[in-house]
Amino acid sequence: MAEDGKEESAATGDSDQPAAGLDSTMVEEGSTLLRRMEISVAEAEKRSGKNSVNMQETFTVYLIETRPMDAIAEGRNPAPDSLWRRYSEFELLRNYLLVTYPFIVVPPLPEKRAEFVWHKLSADNMDPDFVERRRVGLENFLLRVASHPILSNDKILYHFLTEVGGSLSFQSRTADSRLRALSATFRVRNPDKRFVDMKHYSDELQSHTSQLLRARARVADRLYGVYKVHGNYGRVFSEWSAIEKEMGDGLQSAGHHMDAYAASIDDILEEEEHYADQLKEYLFYAEALRAVCRKHELTQFELEMATQDLVSKKQQREELATGIVRTFSFKGMTNKLFGQEAPEQREARLKLLEELIAEGEESVKEKTAECEEHVEGGWVDMQRFKEQKDKDLREALINYAIMQISMCKKGIQVWSNAKECFLKM
Amino acid sequence: MSVGAPRGLASSGQKPITEILHPLSAADEPPLSPVPDVTVGGHNPSSGAADKDAGLTNGTPVETSSPASASSLFNRLQLDDEPDADAEAEADAHDPYASTETRDLFVTVDDPKKHVSTMETYITYRVSTKTTRIEFDLPEYSVRRRYQDFDWLRIKLEDSQPTHLIPPLPEKFVMKGVVDRFSEEFVETRMKALDKFLKRVADHPVLSFNPHLNAFLSAKDLNKRQGLALLTKVGESVKQVAGGYKLRARPAEFCAMGEYLDTFCQKLGTIDRIAQRILKEQTEYLTELREYGAVYSSWAGSEDELRRPLEGVAGSVSSCCGALEDLSENMSQDFLPVLREYVLYTDSMKNVLRKRDQSQAEYEGRLEAAVLRRQEDRTPVPVEVEKCQDKVECFNADLKADWERWQSNKRQDFKQLLTGMADKNIHYYEKCQAAWESLIALLQDKQTEDKTNETN
Repeated sequence: MAEDGKEESAATGDSDQPAAGLDSTMVEEGSTLLRRMEISVAEAEKRSGKNSVNMQETFTVYLIETRPMDAIAEGRNPAPDSLWRRYSEFELLRNYLLVTYPFIVVPPLPEKRAEFVWHKLSADNMDPDFVERRRVGLENFLLRVASHPILSNDKILYHFLTEVGGSLSFQSRTADSRLRALSATFRVRNPDKRFVDMKHYSDELQSHTSQLLRARARVADRLYGVYKVHGNYGRVFSEWSAIEKEMGDGLQSAGHHMDAYAASIDDILEEEEHYADQLKEYLFYAEALRAVCRKHELTQFELEMATQDLVSKKQQREELATGIVRTFSFKGMTNKLFGQEAPEQREARLKLLEELIAEGEESVKEKTAECEEHVEGGWVDMQRFKEQKDKDLREALINYAIMQISMCKKGIQVWSNAKECFLKM
Repeated sequence: MSVGAPRGLASSGQKPITEILHPLSAADEPPLSPVPDVTVGGHNPSSGAADKDAGLTNGTPVETSSPASASSLFNRLQLDDEPDADAEAEADAHDPYASTETRDLFVTVDDPKKHVSTMETYITYRVSTKTTRIEFDLPEYSVRRRYQDFDWLRIKLEDSQPTHLIPPLPEKFVMKGVVDRFSEEFVETRMKALDKFLKRVADHPVLSFNPHLNAFLSAKDLNKRQGLALLTKVGESVKQVAGGYKLRARPAEFCAMGEYLDTFCQKLGTIDRIAQRILKEQTEYLTELREYGAVYSSWAGSEDELRRPLEGVAGSVSSCCGALEDLSENMSQDFLPVLREYVLYTDSMKNVLRKRDQSQAEYEGRLEAAVLRRQEDRTPVPVEVEKCQDKVECFNADLKADWERWQSNKRQDFKQLLTGMADKNIHYYEKCQAAWESLIALLQDKQTEDKTNETN
């Protein structure tokens, strides 16, 4: 995949890419960015530099290349525009998107640190295999964002892809505070049932994908052991063949096949990592889905608070106007005990209240609109996400089955070869 | 059923052997028909070949290439060349109707049964014999024997044929707490080993004519056969030899044999350890694989569109688990026991080599003493010394013949064992491949189904 990163347009649904769902379900009517522009993350390089606390550090940067689609369609082959960005910049972009489009299930980034590793794989961020898989993951992220009907039109995204800019850092401060709000706990009275169900589903998706990833890593570990131990046969057959006359040749060659068998597991498991990456993408997607549901709860909560506040203010006004105290209030008590206030004060207070009520009504109207917009937009995008997920995961499972078949065929081949050798003993 | 032989004979000799139908003559009968229990009382081994002379082989003269041995070898080679032969096919290989002009003794061990008495519980096996040899009164026998009886036979053979390699028996003692002596697998494995033992003895050109074998195969009640009047050569027999004899010069070929056996034994041990390790890894892999499949199932529960694909994957994983179980079982039931039995066989061979060394040492010792005496007082070399020399030469000849046979058998046995192992692995992968291919077929059907629904 690294080799053809440059020329391949992932928009054509290259089957190597995990972003296999980039066809009619994602690229909708209206021009998404991907239709107009070819995007790829072509390379990765190590850099050294000083970080924010003036300490020397090594990090990896990724080359983002873009080319206008119409030029390619016309057969011209212009040189791509390119710029280098590091992982943390991708993170900033994503946080910005999360905050700006709270009702969209924002595509996830590849994992920051290697997790769910089986023992042979290194958990080191600088490991070339890890970097390579991350490059692919980042490209996948950009392609998904650029083919989203709403996200792809974002200006900041465009700048991210085409300009070296500092505009991202400004956004990061607001992003942090709003993200923090998402993790606060609060009780909502009337959340939209569909969102409650979706949140529950997102928990399930997260739990199942992470369980699967862990189980798969353990299986990979064990399978590795089985294959590698067979390599010992190679050695002992070779030693044994030295003391045999007629049996020697057959044993020796069979031994070589056992060695080949033991060696074959490395490639097999390397390939399986792609499957694991696809699962991981949806593990992180589950989080994004959950975030949309949480955002709904937040806006609904704020609406409920605002409504509640308005109701209580209106009540206060009524009490003030009619002098009838319906509910207990401290002011009411003190009034009773120490006598009522002067009419001018009452007037002033009433006026203030009216202003507050007017503000409150505006606020409620705003929040209701915001809530409705969020619910509508969120529901549409969640449906879109569901379709994409079903399609992608189904394909991932089919590809997994194909991988297993290939592994079985290799196994049959090796053992048949060994059997030939044994028959010649 | 019976090929016309009179049943229930109280004693031998009622019908001359020439009138009893040759087992091969009943060409339409199925090969391994169950033989009824034939009561034979008061049977005496007709050959009466009591060992007269220490160390000389009884019965047939020693020939390295007697017709019986060459052809039985040939038969073995022919039969074992079948590609799908595995250990069990050995039993089927002794088809009396297949290339049999020179084979005249066929034995089988099968049908294990548990016997419970107040004193003990034990297993007996049916030992069936078909033969045209004149040394046997009847053409067919079927008796029940227990492990003890096989061991008795082995000891008797070792005693009466000290210059020959006696095939080994499976291990006598098993740790009571560790292995279930009455479990199906254990009994099955042991039975196969006993069958192999008996077949090897029956195929041996010299051992197969041993009267103890005759008794073992035909006598109704073995243990009570004290009156068989066979001399046990305790005085002459050398059981486990401690070794360490000072030899003038061990002939090179026997040195080579010894070295070969040492290395071979070592390699067998290594292979055993590797196979066990593989089994262990496979078991752990199986455990993880099962859990892995279960996760797919549980995930399917929370999906709708993806339910079928996920359940499909869980199903395929489960099929692979089953296939793996079969493979592992096979390795531990068939592969490992045969491997271990060869270690025992190698030990037996080594033992025979030691006995040969001892016999040569004895001869050299006596010769030296005799030469010294002759030098002193002109006493001629006594007859015993000459006999010793004969003994050594016979021993060497027997050993060489047995060695060749052993080597040839070893080659066939290992060819069979290893191709069997390869076959089992191939079958395992074939089963797994089928499981995954059926999943893809299932999913792709659904896909085309969906597509037609979409376009409608």
